[in-house]
Amino acid sequence: MKDKIAENILLLIAFSAILSLLLITFFIFQQGIPLIFKTGLHNFFSISWSPTKGGFGILSMIIGSLMVTAGALVVGIPFGLACAVFLAEFSSPTIQKTLKPIIELLAGIPSVVYGFIGIVILVPFIRETFGGPGFSVLAASIILGIMILPTIVSISYDSLLAVPNTYREGSYALGATKWQTVRMLLLHAARSGIVAGIILGMGRAIGETMAVIMIAGNALKIPGSLLDSVRTLTSTIALELGYAAGDHRAALFACGSILFIIIIILNIVAIRVTGRK
Amino acid sequence: MRRFALLLLILLSCSQRRGGIIIAGSTSVQPFIEKIAEHFMEKYPEIKINVQSGGSTAGIQATFNRTCNIGMSSRDLKMDEQALQTVLIAVDGIAVIVHTENPITNLGLEQVRGIFSGKITNWKELGGNEDVIIPVTREEGSGTRASFEKMIMGEVAISDACLVQDSNGAVREIIATTPQGIGYISVGLVDNREQTVAINGVKPTLAHLVTGQYRFTRPFLLLFLEEPQGDAKKFLDFVLSEEGQNILKSDGLIPAREINVD
Repeated sequence: MKDKIAENILLLIAFSAILSLLLITFFIFQQGIPLIFKTGLHNFFSISWSPTKGGFGILSMIIGSLMVTAGALVVGIPFGLACAVFLAEFSSPTIQKTLKPIIELLAGIPSVVYGFIGIVILVPFIRETFGGPGFSVLAASIILGIMILPTIVSISYDSLLAVPNTYREGSYALGATKWQTVRMLLLHAARSGIVAGIILGMGRAIGETMAVIMIAGNALKIPGSLLDSVRTLTSTIALELGYAAGDHRAALFACGSILFIIIIILNIVAIRVTGRK
Repeated sequence: MRRFALLLLILLSCSQRRGGIIIAGSTSVQPFIEKIAEHFMEKYPEIKINVQSGGSTAGIQATFNRTCNIGMSSRDLKMDEQALQTVLIAVDGIAVIVHTENPITNLGLEQVRGIFSGKITNWKELGGNEDVIIPVTREEGSGTRASFEKMIMGEVAISDACLVQDSNGAVREIIATTPQGIGYISVGLVDNREQTVAINGVKPTLAHLVTGQYRFTRPFLLLFLEEPQGDAKKFLDFVLSEEGQNILKSDGLIPAREINVD
């Protein structure tokens, strides 16, 4: 009897999580979608964003979000993977025990602190070394790349460790070197975990707001180079929501809907990729 | 049982606490009102004042739907917002600011328009160093941006290539650290980490604001849904009193009582 009650309570709690997800989804779409149809798809996916004067084109923000996310992956994947491979395959247990918690500590740093470091160190450095305003796609990519490191490292590390030792022994028995084993065998065997880590990192990068607002400059123009300023969907919502009313507010919810759809597509792609053997 | 009694006590003490005033709106007005509120609460410790920013438009909305008792706006009300009661507390200027090392200290109105519309892109074109111009503007909906567009830009649109920041403080921070930067903020918030630019030869000093020589000014308004009463009335009286007005003046605004109403 008691078991039954506990089971039902747990079920209820589990469903409440799903329910809140459904409510959030419903709310965002209900607020945002009517505006998309009111402005028309063609106008909504144009580049003229002047919401107080009736321009609701979000194309430059979509491109901005995709650019900084791609940039973050270019920075984050090589460093993250290298770090995970080193920790899992090449380092001694002592090094593992010290390095892993330190890398995981990166995840605990608030994003506003990353943004602050970006403003104080990275932005002036980029401005003085490469020119341009410094507030740029490059700055945002580097900071986001560092922010997604812990996600990529810990999930890849765990999936590398999960590869059975018999695989490694078999590989060595065939005369493969350690590097050959890693490159040809382990990275393939752990692929689904590694891809999952990358997708989760990508989710964090595309959704990150505070750090990006602080270092990307938020210019609406579509960046022509890595040194130009960029505006993402999330930063538009955060920058303008305080002031927005009426259609402007609805347009920000529409941005949220598009962000939601992009993330769903990314996740579906990820599931497909990891599912295919 | 004892725990229940304790809970009841906490609930009771919460409901018995005196309701305070919530003030919300323009990020430009907010720091000044916050300062006045501190002085006010020293005098009337029983009245708690909560000052929130969010922008002029948000303040107007909040006053309409009663989520705040007093709204703050740094722009005149639009036609459909006229139902609110407004009280002018001070006049503020909008200053164009550049980095302290920038040799340019005077610009023509057309040159400022050229910079922010993206037509002038190098300081050399204005007689400065060979370096790109990095203009910084405010986000859509900001009262400061609306005033800047109305008074300085006129019909010319602000370029998409401008960096966008969402507060006076953030704009000031970028200008203070970026030698190529140019931006605009409330005169009262200019400090010594950046310098103001004279427009058509007139610097945005307090003297020039009072005489009206510096033309780029805007009203700081408090908004009420109905005739202010009780605590809200007390606060308004304090803002308009000599003490309150002197606080505004010492921070670089022109207090309302010094403006000739004719």
